[in-house]
Amino acid sequence: MAADKKNGKKKIDHSSQMAALRQVLTYIRKYWVMVGFSLFLAAVTVVLTLYVPILTGDAVDLLLGKGAVDFAGVFLVMKKIGIAMAVTALAQWVMNTCNNHITYQVVRDIREDAFRKLEQLPLKYLDSKSYGDIVSRIIADVDTFADGLLMGFTQLFTGVLTILGTLVFMLATNVPIALVVVCITPVSFLVARFIATRTYSMFQLQSETRGEQTSLIEEMIGNQKIVKIFSREEAVEKEFAEINGRLEKCSLKAIFFSSITNPATRFVNSLVYAGVGIFGAFVAIRGGISVGRLSCFLSYANQYTKPFNEISGVVTELQNALACAGRIFELIGEEPQVPDRENAIVLTHARGNVALENVNFSYVPEKKLIQNFNLDVKPGQRVAIVGPTGCGKTTVINLLMRFYDVDSGKIRVDGRDIRDITRGSLRTSYGMVLQETWLRAGTIRDNIRMGRPEATPEEVEQAARAAHAHSFIKRLPEGYDTVITEDGGSLSQGQKQLLCIARVMLCLPPMLILDEATSSIDTRTELRIQNAFAKMMEGRTSFIVAHRLSTIQEADIILVMKDGNIIEQGSHETLLARKGFYATLYHSQFEA
Amino acid sequence: MKRLMKYLSDYKKESVLAPLFKLLEAFFELLVPLVMANIIDRGIAQKDMGYIGRMGLCLLTLAVVGLVSSITAQYFAAKAAVGFSTKLRQALFDHIQGLDFTNIDKAGTSTMITRMTSDINQVQSGVNMVLRLFLRSPIIVFGAMIMAFTIDVKSALIFVVAIPLLALVVFGIMMWTMPLYKKVQAGLDKVLGITRENLTGVRVIRAFHQEEVEEKRFQDSTRALADSQIFVGKISAVMNPVTYLVVNGAIIALIYTGAIQVNVGNLSQGEVVAIINYMSQILVELVKLANLIITITKALACADRVASVFAFENQTPEGIESGAAGNSTGDAAPFLQFDHVAFAYAGAGANTLHGIDFSVRKGETVGIIGGTGSGKSSLVNLIPGFYPVTEGAIRLEGRDISGMSQEELRQRVGVVPQKAVLFKGTIRSNLQWGKPDATEEEMWQAIDTAQAREVVEGKENGLDAEIAQNGKNLSGGQRQRLTIARALVRRPQILILDDSASALDYATDAKLRSALRNLEGGATTFIVSQRASSIRHADKIIVLDDGEMAGIGTHDELLENCEVYKEIYYSQYPEERLKAAKASGADRAAGTEKKGGVSNGGR
Repeated sequence: MAADKKNGKKKIDHSSQMAALRQVLTYIRKYWVMVGFSLFLAAVTVVLTLYVPILTGDAVDLLLGKGAVDFAGVFLVMKKIGIAMAVTALAQWVMNTCNNHITYQVVRDIREDAFRKLEQLPLKYLDSKSYGDIVSRIIADVDTFADGLLMGFTQLFTGVLTILGTLVFMLATNVPIALVVVCITPVSFLVARFIATRTYSMFQLQSETRGEQTSLIEEMIGNQKIVKIFSREEAVEKEFAEINGRLEKCSLKAIFFSSITNPATRFVNSLVYAGVGIFGAFVAIRGGISVGRLSCFLSYANQYTKPFNEISGVVTELQNALACAGRIFELIGEEPQVPDRENAIVLTHARGNVALENVNFSYVPEKKLIQNFNLDVKPGQRVAIVGPTGCGKTTVINLLMRFYDVDSGKIRVDGRDIRDITRGSLRTSYGMVLQETWLRAGTIRDNIRMGRPEATPEEVEQAARAAHAHSFIKRLPEGYDTVITEDGGSLSQGQKQLLCIARVMLCLPPMLILDEATSSIDTRTELRIQNAFAKMMEGRTSFIVAHRLSTIQEADIILVMKDGNIIEQGSHETLLARKGFYATLYHSQFEA
Repeated sequence: MKRLMKYLSDYKKESVLAPLFKLLEAFFELLVPLVMANIIDRGIAQKDMGYIGRMGLCLLTLAVVGLVSSITAQYFAAKAAVGFSTKLRQALFDHIQGLDFTNIDKAGTSTMITRMTSDINQVQSGVNMVLRLFLRSPIIVFGAMIMAFTIDVKSALIFVVAIPLLALVVFGIMMWTMPLYKKVQAGLDKVLGITRENLTGVRVIRAFHQEEVEEKRFQDSTRALADSQIFVGKISAVMNPVTYLVVNGAIIALIYTGAIQVNVGNLSQGEVVAIINYMSQILVELVKLANLIITITKALACADRVASVFAFENQTPEGIESGAAGNSTGDAAPFLQFDHVAFAYAGAGANTLHGIDFSVRKGETVGIIGGTGSGKSSLVNLIPGFYPVTEGAIRLEGRDISGMSQEELRQRVGVVPQKAVLFKGTIRSNLQWGKPDATEEEMWQAIDTAQAREVVEGKENGLDAEIAQNGKNLSGGQRQRLTIARALVRRPQILILDDSASALDYATDAKLRSALRNLEGGATTFIVSQRASSIRHADKIIVLDDGEMAGIGTHDELLENCEVYKEIYYSQYPEERLKAAKASGADRAAGTEKKGGVSNGGR
């Protein structure tokens, strides 16, 4: 079954590899001058490297014996070698530097394109993909691709040239001896292939076992505290040791058997060397070749076989690199979000009149979610959205912020269809605080002034005070300059939420969206923040999603949602009086 | 580095034999030019076909022996490297398992995982390479020199000059680039960090319209990365041309001295060829080495990262039985007592808790409530000894818990943490975490108490239903109930519920609490919650405010005399406030006296 899978994969790989290769070439085209230069230098290097042994052989031929050395000739040869090697060394260095430049710049270009695409991809795409996968495309895949590309540049071309050059030189020097070399060398290629196919299954087993171990590591180290709470350290260690033992066995096999490749190909090289030595000696006896030329042949025999081994390595490396490139190009080739309309206006100082007209929306066509949704919010009104999990509360926000586009119907802000407004200006007109707090790695200050990088320290502090975050920030080791890690590190969920609120308080946008913004904050602090919010919300249209009914009682409109529809709409009092779904929801709080 | 070397010491035999067989292989390889020289000088010069044939056979034998010894060397090298990394991985895993909470907070999960996996793999291939090839190169280089000496001392002196020069080039470049490679790695970390951030924070970034700013930030970091890669590349690229220059320079010198020596009659043509061959062998070897050095440089950097995990050490070794712990104060002592406890996290500027002083009788239910960051979780985390107290003492039945073994303490205390985590396996295997030898009956009892019967019975295989990693195939509320059951299976004397019923609806929460109260044997229960409803029926409620106790007592007492509690309670039950205000107004009107100010009505 594994073999089937492998074959199937290979077939698909082939056509996609060609496509990937074409795309790689378009990226490289930008640097074509450098590429051409590099190829030229590679040719120079190869020719000269092959020429030096001939020169050395010539020199040896001049050392005929006692008193029979042609010193003038030797000096001439020495001078030639000197010049050849100086040029080779220089060419080699410049070539390597060129290759580095090309590779890393191509890689940088690809990464930047991938990232730009990331910023433009619709959330529909991003929400459906695992982040780990995308990250590994932009980081690990691009890296593997870089390694392969660099190796391809430096080794494939010079390797092929070396083989061709040596062949020409050898054939020019002595055809029979050259044939000996030509016949024996492919053996090393075959041996390497043979071993590689045999060890494939061993490596597969190794990576499977490794995967098993990694998932255990992730599970246990990720939840280290729980392991300790239940004193399960020993049991877990034992479980780990069992997998570790299996890994040891299969790794040893895989590594050992694959490492036979080198000695085996070296053995073939020795055979070539011996063959050239013996056969060459016979030829030399008949006067078919000089001793100097024979020594030159011998060093060729060494050089000629080396690229074969390298090329077989490079080819697999390149295949791997192209596979990785394919994964990146797949990302880059994704359909971006519909661009802003050409005549889209920039929304400034929105008054806050938000209207939804006959809005229909669903994430997947088969599962209808929001149907025929109508709502008219006057400037400065407070709208609360309540309902059980999965009823579409967060979806409404996705639509308001235009993270997703409506399937049909219209959303208007100040009377204008939001598709006629630039996304940037629409979104910055809303201040949004979400349940999942998100902070970036950096200082507390940078996090708060994310929406307004030019804010003064006083303004930042003022915003933090309004969000009741100032007192805990002050207690951090470095205050506002404390650097936090991506997930907020030692900050509690509630503290993180306060920072997110401060971030919005600093921007003071004309409209607000609070999606479970205070879910992790205790009710007392929440009450205080509500006051700050209330102050902020004065004259600002706001949408509030909350579990806690206490936070939404004061809203002008309460939307009760269920299964994507608004089932009730009105103020707290009217809804309670109606004794419907909202009333049941509200009273369940007091049953305990 | 030294710290890691000890894991190789179990493979002393292999680590010695591998290079030894490499040495043998190199030795045979070094004999080859010598044989060739003989073929040229004797075979060709004297036209002795038989001799050439014999020497040819000799070359073949050398090749076969070389093959055998090199395969042997590969075997030992692989065994040592794999064995080493296996031991190292286990040791690292065990070490991490032994870390205390303070260190776990410091370490960071994701780096621990990469260190356990990719870093150790890098180190493994580094060790393998060193044993296999890194030692081979010096052997070949010096061997070639020695062989040259056996042929001609004067020519060999050129080797004596060339080799240190080569060593200087190789190691100089290695030392120069090593820190640069670390910089490249750090640059890559940054690029990765920004990418991750932009995925996890995509909504916020788009909401603040920061796409262009982020693109700029990403560009800056990829450009910096590319620049540093190109810079390192430039330096690394010097290695090959320079060694090429040195070696060929040496060959020129060899030809020159060779010419003189041949002219004088000290050397034969074949011997000059042999010496030049030795020099080219060095070149070939060094080119291989240059390719290796990147692997080794990377392995060294990774080894550093692994070693730094070992540097995390627990401050107080686990489970020291101090003598003082024994002196129990007898039955009069309260079951659990906090005696003027203060606590600060390691490295934190200020105390998280201070002046915590209370005691609890056996079987009581204690509610803990307070604002975000007021220290609720920190307080309950002190009870099982997850963190050591900074000041004061916690006593369990009169004994200071810092003197108890972790094993004993954790056996007596059951904790249900905030984050409901289940492990891959079955419901049964997860419950066995609480008690490895739990019977079916004990499990069902715990499940009933935790109100989880419907969860388990709703699954096809009951107790043997599969649980995915992190319990992803269950809802938050289902997970929470099972984690509660897991803690109950053990029948702990003290049960801590750290905000662990937040995903339960009010009705289930109430049922759970009443089941806990009626538990056989009566566990002392701590309930941390933000919901006043979850704790209002507790025997004792501790109100925390900014790390201090703002009040302790029953619900009614606290409503009378604790401002903080009143604020919390009324924020959740606004109607109650109105009622209370009306009641107090009525009371006042009736002229009855009431203890404490009932002035909250004005708020």
